[in-house]
Amino acid sequence: MEMKKRIYSVLVENRSGVLCKVAGLFSRRCFNIDSLAVGETDDPAVSCMTIVSSGDDHTIEQIEKQLNKKLDVIKVKTFKEAQSISRELMLIKIKYNKNNRRDIMEICEIMKAEIVDMSKHLMIIQICDMPDRIKLMLKLLQTISIVEVARTGTLALPKCTENGD
Amino acid sequence: MIGADAIIKCLEAEETEIIFGYPGVAICPFYNSILESGIRTILIRTEQNAAHAASGMARMTGRPGVCAVTSGPGATNVITGIATAFADSIPLICITGQVDSALLGSDVFQEADITGAVESFVKYSYLVRDVNDIPRIFKEAFHIANTGRKGPVLIDIPIDVQNAVINKFKYPEEINMRTYKPTVKGHAVQIKKVIKELGKAERPIICAGGGVLLSDAEGELRSFVDRHKIPVVSTMMGIGVMPSEHPLYFGMVGNNGSAYANRAMNESDLLIMVGARVADRAVNQPGLITQGKILVHIDVDPAEIGKNAGPTIPLVGDAKHIFDDFVKEDFECDHQKWLDTLQKYKTEMGRKRTPNPEYVDPAAFIRELSLKMKEDGIYVADVGQNQIWSCAYHIVRKGKFLTSGGMGTMGYSIPAAMGAKLADPERQVIAVCGDGSFQMSMMELATMRQHNIPVKIIVLKNNYLGMVREFQHYSYQDKYSVVDLSGSPDLEMIAAAYGMRFLRLSSMEGAPEAMEAFLENDESFLMECMIDPMDLVR
Repeated sequence: MEMKKRIYSVLVENRSGVLCKVAGLFSRRCFNIDSLAVGETDDPAVSCMTIVSSGDDHTIEQIEKQLNKKLDVIKVKTFKEAQSISRELMLIKIKYNKNNRRDIMEICEIMKAEIVDMSKHLMIIQICDMPDRIKLMLKLLQTISIVEVARTGTLALPKCTENGD
Repeated sequence: MIGADAIIKCLEAEETEIIFGYPGVAICPFYNSILESGIRTILIRTEQNAAHAASGMARMTGRPGVCAVTSGPGATNVITGIATAFADSIPLICITGQVDSALLGSDVFQEADITGAVESFVKYSYLVRDVNDIPRIFKEAFHIANTGRKGPVLIDIPIDVQNAVINKFKYPEEINMRTYKPTVKGHAVQIKKVIKELGKAERPIICAGGGVLLSDAEGELRSFVDRHKIPVVSTMMGIGVMPSEHPLYFGMVGNNGSAYANRAMNESDLLIMVGARVADRAVNQPGLITQGKILVHIDVDPAEIGKNAGPTIPLVGDAKHIFDDFVKEDFECDHQKWLDTLQKYKTEMGRKRTPNPEYVDPAAFIRELSLKMKEDGIYVADVGQNQIWSCAYHIVRKGKFLTSGGMGTMGYSIPAAMGAKLADPERQVIAVCGDGSFQMSMMELATMRQHNIPVKIIVLKNNYLGMVREFQHYSYQDKYSVVDLSGSPDLEMIAAAYGMRFLRLSSMEGAPEAMEAFLENDESFLMECMIDPMDLVR
């Protein structure tokens, strides 16, 4: 069966326990979660969950239906990666030395990443980009000793279209 | 007025007359306030059965059954009852006491995270943090439980919230929930499509599930099929949608159903599934109901449509509304040849049994009992071989057939029968169980006695967990493991201990007289039927 990637943008009531209910739904019905990001929207009573998942056609449809069935879910939008603007933020702490500092700075320049903190041997790099570029950045830094990584998971909104939807 | 009084006011506003439950410290404010109301309380002997009894009541009244238990073990004990109701979409309101709000999360005495624990078995749950939310929460809870796809709703209320003073009590008249608006009316275009296919079909059939009963749509469905002569089969939960001996009814489908019902469903060219989940026990091979035929799937829960079998025509809506719309449509059809074929299958493919004359034959016994019981009597089947025999041989006339279909919870019949009897005391209510399932709810004989609930109980006794023994017979070549029920009590002494009338039937000889004695008046009665331990349902 062909596995397809989908992004679910889920508006939910901003109440305690809702994240648990949505995450529990995925585990109980054996749906994958590739990433999950949650945050408040412009309306403080509403949160937006961006869930990246993959499955066959049947699973993709069931995920949307089961999400809609949850009483705390206000709206579910399902879209493909190509139909969306998606971004991820990554903070990466690395150990550097005199010999590789230049290389690192070059990588940052090429990848449009920023060095946001620094000490004698450590630095934190920040990158905000499309999920594929985040992966690439990690790969590029693979030869350098990585201390810690923190990622937000994908955030996405459907692209602006002519009808303004 | 305190929170506990407010809860009672809410229940009164919802016309709750009876509550099943078991008190404990955390629910004591509630049980204190209820003394001032006209609501009747039934002290059940274990919390699981409070939910089952409320389920039996809900299935009679069409309104949510209510149970109220304490925190911790009280709440966790009720989970199986809630899960049983959830699997069969029975509307319940389950109130649980909770420890003091300030102590939540500190693992104090009798604290259990019940809203977390029941998450996958409830339609919705609430943890009440503010006493002023009580009216809104109860209004929403009753609405959620009994609309759309029905189901249990749990309300967890800390003891300090029950004791807190409520500023102003006003039971809301309207519900304002932006996230919950179930679709009940079928889409007009889809309805036309179904009617068009019905006009073309040569071998149409309707498979009715429990959803038809839950939406109270038997009348609409029956008048539609009567008018167009469309045959009907049912799932286990759909038993009773059609009277058993209706000429258009061809039995229960599934791996425990009748061969002719399955054949009818598989050979149809248009199958209308209504209020049925297409789960494994009813439809073992979903491929068979989609290949070479048009499948119409009607359900109020959009997530059920396409979950187990992809339909040609999906139709979201409540069965009552949809059949009401169907009845208004005019179309011509003639299925006499198809009906003749189905009748032939029914005659030729009926179950053949060779009963052991030394025992009571459960098939013949159940058949005769259902003809002797009152026409509108309620028959509650438990789980096990007794359930399969009941499905196959009980004849529904104007009564109801209740059982735990989705979850298959042993011990369901006695508490559910109690709930049914309390809902409609004028009607005859019979619980039929095996000696295994009887012992799972035997403690409720005390509840029946204490609260004068005259349920009649049949125990089909074979000293085995028969259904599992049968499975081990087929799948493990008669290597029986942990199915021997030796050590069971003498039921005559049990009946005497609880002040019930008792009769033991050892063979079919004298069965008619025994049934008459069993049914003659409205007293509780325990009848033990000795059946062949080696008997098989298949």
